[in-house]
Amino acid sequence: MADQIDGAMATLTVEGLEKLLQAIQARGYRAVGPTLENQAIVYDDVESINDLPRGWTDEQDGGRYRLLRRGDDALFGYSVGPQSWKKYLHAPKLRLWTAERHGDDISVAPEPPTGDRLAFIGVRACEMRAIEIQDRVLLGDLYADPHYQALRARALIVAVNCGQAGGVCFCASMQAGPRVTEGFDLALTELLDGGEHVFLVEAGSDEGRALLALTPHRAASDDEIRAAAAVIERTASSMGREMRSDDLNELLTNNLEHPRWDEVATRCLTCANCTLVCPTCFCTSVEDVSDLAGERAERWRRWDSCFTMDFSYIHGGSVRASAKSRYRQWMTHKLATWIDQFGSSGCVGCGRCITWCPVGIDITEEVRAIRGCDASAEEPR
Amino acid sequence: MPQTLEACAPPLHPMAPRMTPVTRFIRESQDVFTFDLAPEGATPFAPGQFNMLYAFGVGEIPISISGDSQAPERLTHTIRAVGPVSAALGKLQTGDRVGLRGPFGVGWPVEAAKGFDVLLIAGGIGLAPLRPVIYWLLRHRAAYGRVGVLYGARTPDDLIFRSELEEWRRTPDFQLRVAVERAGPEWTGDVGYVTPLLSKLRFDPADTVSMICGPEVMIRATALTLEDAGVADSRIFVSMERNMKCAIGHCGHCQFGPLFICKDGPVHSYDHVRNLLAYREL
Repeated sequence: MADQIDGAMATLTVEGLEKLLQAIQARGYRAVGPTLENQAIVYDDVESINDLPRGWTDEQDGGRYRLLRRGDDALFGYSVGPQSWKKYLHAPKLRLWTAERHGDDISVAPEPPTGDRLAFIGVRACEMRAIEIQDRVLLGDLYADPHYQALRARALIVAVNCGQAGGVCFCASMQAGPRVTEGFDLALTELLDGGEHVFLVEAGSDEGRALLALTPHRAASDDEIRAAAAVIERTASSMGREMRSDDLNELLTNNLEHPRWDEVATRCLTCANCTLVCPTCFCTSVEDVSDLAGERAERWRRWDSCFTMDFSYIHGGSVRASAKSRYRQWMTHKLATWIDQFGSSGCVGCGRCITWCPVGIDITEEVRAIRGCDASAEEPR
Repeated sequence: MPQTLEACAPPLHPMAPRMTPVTRFIRESQDVFTFDLAPEGATPFAPGQFNMLYAFGVGEIPISISGDSQAPERLTHTIRAVGPVSAALGKLQTGDRVGLRGPFGVGWPVEAAKGFDVLLIAGGIGLAPLRPVIYWLLRHRAAYGRVGVLYGARTPDDLIFRSELEEWRRTPDFQLRVAVERAGPEWTGDVGYVTPLLSKLRFDPADTVSMICGPEVMIRATALTLEDAGVADSRIFVSMERNMKCAIGHCGHCQFGPLFICKDGPVHSYDHVRNLLAYREL
């Protein structure tokens, strides 16, 4: 695998990373990545690497998220924030079409997919897996979502192997990380310990190789390659959470009347936060609007959540009226029936649902409770 | 045993409706109406499939096709006005435009049922998705064994397809029993639920394919009765209803355990759903 750049590892300095970002933008991409806003790390447009949360990290636990200063200038020294890339690929709100009345006739104009070429800077392994999962949902069957398809086909993915695990991370349990293994154009590993602040880069596509060729870099040394592997290994062994995942479909399908569902329902506020922060939750609803004259109408699609009462409403009432049934739907879909539907779990172990739950419900703890184990019997590795 | 039509290329914009004129409008009862749509070009469908119908500026709902699958140039829908969209559709007149997407889903196993006795059991508006099967059976009568239809409604005033009910009643080799839950003295037919009427039909349980459409509570009770009578659960088919926003497996609303009612159904064999139906609020 050592022929030229292909498959081989390159090393970028911090200035080199800035040059890479410029090369990405010069190639027509709109670069989006982590930025600091409202005391959280959220995804937004990045003009330069100075827009990245340099020197910041986060502290996460059930219902808790705090930003903290690091002792160094790491650019990717934090875990995932509340947002995921689905905010770009599967927009929270989107007009699907516009209809206009002309006398007796009505014309319908579908919203054309945007031609945006997005470059996602800093896609973590769990998020890469989440994108692949949404690919199967929105592109993988008879019908393809044209908006998702257009954005996804043009998107550039600059992944980052995580240099530290967060307090709610369990991607290792879901075999979703912390190393990005496929789907990326470029994958970075940030190296902070060797005296010089550099990034080990691996190209995963022709586009990634082309961009790297446009960027000043050097061949990675064996020490750097070893250091990057050690960083990923250290991350994998320090996950804040753990969840046995090999038997979840059977476990949950066989426990649809487990008393734990009633117990969790006494805490769950059915606020839908977990579904909005989840990088794989894909459910949407539609809203029809019209002008006052009744000449023009539009249909909008927006994110929806199985935690709302309206979600399952049919004539006569909601199928899932109780909080118990709605939590059960979310968790059994995520961890069990998703496998029947799409061939993989719907969970990537990012931990967002734990952090952003206002009452700190922890999916890994709920699974342990249903499995009947003592919560203290399975300490994080 | 589910059957599908020849797969045609999916539309580029699967969420955009085709505005289609209403060519006939019939009032069936106080709150049920039927209309035909005439889309440009034939729109082949299988009995049991459904369309998404859009009332301009109001919204879109899933509606089973209630017409003849062998005359697909006309798409017939029978609807009960229960919400804002169905009420708006009920105010349409001939010539008005309805947004049409479809057909979607897996229909009734009419091909696989050839050679079997066939029982159709409908509750309320549930007769509408089964009417295409009745048309099919009447056109291919020799291919099937004994045919029986049970239809239950709340009151005689709620009965739909009344003139056809009379026709079917007079059709040879076609058993039809109609029951209502409440009736005045002018009603001379059966009173009560449809399930006790099963015993009045001639069929061989070991050689019967049964298709049920109605409220979920009626589906459960009827399927249990059929099983008790000796019909195999893999030969009982039920049509399920759930909230639907997209009909293409993307919106997530219609999930029922591992199933998407919109693309894995709406018709399911009972052995695939019986365990799921056992749980409340699944």
